[in-house]
Amino acid sequence: MKLLGAILAALLVAAAAGATEIPSAERRSGYSFMTPDTKAMQDDGTANPGMLWVLDGEALWKRKVGSANKACADCHNDATTSMKGVAAHYPAFDKALGRPVDLEQRINLCRTNHQQASPLAYESRDLLALTAFVARQSQGQAIEPSSDPRLEPFIAKGRELFMQRQGQLNLGCANCHDDNWDKRLAGSAITQAHPTGYPLYRLEWQSLGSLQRRLRACMSGVRAQAYDYGAPELVELELYLMSRARGMPMEAPAVRP
Amino acid sequence: MAAALINIPKKAKRGDIIEIKTLMSHIMETGYRHMASGEIVPRDIITGFTCRYNGSEIFRADLFPAIAANPFISFFTTATESGKFEFEWIGDNGFSGTASASITVE
Repeated sequence: MKLLGAILAALLVAAAAGATEIPSAERRSGYSFMTPDTKAMQDDGTANPGMLWVLDGEALWKRKVGSANKACADCHNDATTSMKGVAAHYPAFDKALGRPVDLEQRINLCRTNHQQASPLAYESRDLLALTAFVARQSQGQAIEPSSDPRLEPFIAKGRELFMQRQGQLNLGCANCHDDNWDKRLAGSAITQAHPTGYPLYRLEWQSLGSLQRRLRACMSGVRAQAYDYGAPELVELELYLMSRARGMPMEAPAVRP
Repeated sequence: MAAALINIPKKAKRGDIIEIKTLMSHIMETGYRHMASGEIVPRDIITGFTCRYNGSEIFRADLFPAIAANPFISFFTTATESGKFEFEWIGDNGFSGTASASITVE
């Protein structure tokens, strides 16, 4: 009986180990998987193409829009102080909606509620630019998801989605990013899926893109039907990924291959 | 106007070889891609880049469809005198962008 108990305990430990997330000491940003050339591109503020969006975002921050004729700066003043660290704890809980919203959605909520302007389309240049500008103010800050207890069920849902096998290839995010991050998929490094640098410039996209775009691309990759932009499931995944990357420094706008 | 980023040293000694780095915001649509409807996405690229150092042209490049979006162009020159570098990009659909940067040569 004692022996059976020991075997059971050992099996339980093994099962738990299989589902265990990457220990914090082994967490690596996608940056550490890149070639020296791509790292240099990200590090040099005048060679990083993401900075072009940051420049545009800075101009948009000061532009009055909507029937309220207000600019972001009219309420939030200087973004270098008011937006410092903000992106590091998004997605955050929105009281009115009763669910978490990501940075893009927060910007659009500000536009509709306070500027009385139309929301910007997902992946539009202006929304990416404003998001990149806001996220840039958190560069170097540690990712610190909000400790709001109302977020917990959403983080749990995101975690479930991360573990869930899906698509014709029947793969969950965890099958690559938790279990095989030290290997390669064809020529490309499999990374640990820490969203430290979004919105980021992907050389493959030839453009800046949001975390939702990246998640949708992964879903198409496993031949699953991707959720629509703005879907609660995508925000829950974003939230789980940010909680998983807790403590890692923000890099936005990052460059990735 | 399209955003551009310029990186040149603020100061240099006379005769120094300096690197000039430029990054221009542009989609560089090749003209070889098709839309879902089968129509070709019209070409929209930067076709030319020039750099003038105190008025005289020191660098010129022609750009083609195979060049990536947001072209990054870097080149070297000799710092001869204090003054201004002026950059100009021209392209399809009347695209035109300019930027400038100053240098002090001691």
